[in-house]
Amino acid sequence: MADPVLDIAGATVHLGGREVLSEVDFRLAPGELVGLIGPNGAGKTTLLRTALGLVPVHRGTVVVNGRSPRRAQGSVGYVPQRHEFAWDFPITVEGAVATGRTHLTGPLRRRTARDRDAVAHALDRVGMTHLRTRPVGELSGGQRQRVLVARALALRPRVLLLDEPFTGIDAPTQELLSTLLSGLRDEGVAVLTTTHDLAAATALCDRLCLLNRTVVADGPPSALADTDIWLRTFGLDRAEQLLKALGVTG
Amino acid sequence: MTAFLEALAAPWEYDFWRRALVVALMSGVVCGVIGSHVVLRGMAFIGDAVAHAVFPGIAVAFVLGTNLVLGGAVAGVVTAVLIAVFTQNRRLKEDSVIGIFFAASFGLGIVILSTAPGYGGSLESFLFGSILGISDSDVVSVAVIGALVLLCTAVFNGRFVAATLDREQARAMGLPVFRLDVLLHVMVTLAIVISLQAVGNVLVLALLVTPAAAARLLTDRLGAMMLLAPLIGAGGSVLGLYLSYALDLAAGGLIVLTLTAVFLLCWFFAPRHGLLTRPRRAAALAEEKS
Repeated sequence: MADPVLDIAGATVHLGGREVLSEVDFRLAPGELVGLIGPNGAGKTTLLRTALGLVPVHRGTVVVNGRSPRRAQGSVGYVPQRHEFAWDFPITVEGAVATGRTHLTGPLRRRTARDRDAVAHALDRVGMTHLRTRPVGELSGGQRQRVLVARALALRPRVLLLDEPFTGIDAPTQELLSTLLSGLRDEGVAVLTTTHDLAAATALCDRLCLLNRTVVADGPPSALADTDIWLRTFGLDRAEQLLKALGVTG
Repeated sequence: MTAFLEALAAPWEYDFWRRALVVALMSGVVCGVIGSHVVLRGMAFIGDAVAHAVFPGIAVAFVLGTNLVLGGAVAGVVTAVLIAVFTQNRRLKEDSVIGIFFAASFGLGIVILSTAPGYGGSLESFLFGSILGISDSDVVSVAVIGALVLLCTAVFNGRFVAATLDREQARAMGLPVFRLDVLLHVMVTLAIVISLQAVGNVLVLALLVTPAAAARLLTDRLGAMMLLAPLIGAGGSVLGLYLSYALDLAAGGLIVLTLTAVFLLCWFFAPRHGLLTRPRRAAALAEEKS
């Protein structure tokens, strides 16, 4: 396996005095598409934020693109949950996508042809080119998700982190997103996405990482048939439903 | 027609009127530009707080006989930074922190001012503006500070947009979100300080918020909004000033009322979002679809 672009070793994270992640070991290599799965409050978003240098680790190490997360800031593509974005802001789809490169343009530098190319390319990949002049406030949920993905792609990142990108979007967008993530993986991008949709994650991802405060299991979907793993991640009630949906038990 | 033009030109023979006009224009433009960010970020209450926070600085400058604009700027910036720092504590909501600091600084201002003789009259001009009593040095301060704020906006606009759109993403990109907050607060403070003499402490919020809010109703583009807001602000201020001359009524109040009238016009008649134009647009859209 190629050297990991994200290497988390023994990471413990405290938030507001509470231990949210404990001794997490996780690696992500170029050309991998990994699903991060776990119940609410398992620390999925916190793990992404740790990799982004937005929350410090209490113990353990995190290395992103060979650097500390804070130093790697700006080189990692990030798609946060949709409610983080001010959708009432008067900006067009194109303008919103271009903000993904703000830190590259510098206060005094204007956008260059390269910036415009990157934005156009990102819009094309999410199928939003025809809506590029539309105000973001007039978009549907699926279209909004596409804008956020395009904003991250405008960086042309080698690492892409997505937080619940499949939640509350229409079927065409789900399909586009799945194809897009597989395509990025094939191009050698390292992709990590949190999701609630287990069936979709199983079909899409090379590897699933089951998280509940710590990594319960990590491997290709086929290797995670052991019901005990799911019980430990999700607890009894929810695990039974999930396993039925996945066809692991009858 | 010539009579109208003569009436328009009539006040120009007075020095104090020309100074008032320059300050009204500049305040309108600077507040319109900065106000666009204030409105989009939902920080109108911060604007109000800063307007009050400026007060002790002006009081000190008045008592010491130094430049009022400078005194106000120092006090306002100190309070703005204090608010930005104290709001980093997640246990307290921003509005509580703001409420505490703006009341405190206003109290401090009144105490300082009450040490000076003739306190009642000067208090009134601070609270309600004294645009016809502006000095030459004040005009220069207003022009210099105003130009500085506009320049800063031009340079940092993209970063402010990114931070307002999505703080989480802006942080993840490595943008200095906290420092940008402080900078924006400082710029709001400066915009308020230079506008204080036009409309006074109590009404300055209108100059900051009303034109930008009206502009927001007219457009879905930030660029257009940041052109329309200063246009409305400057136009409204000058019109209010003329009305004050013609009717011999308080200038500050008339400026604010003129701006409010523009806002109401936009509320009812804005092309896409107006109360009276919306049903028509909806009907047109429905027709398009069918």
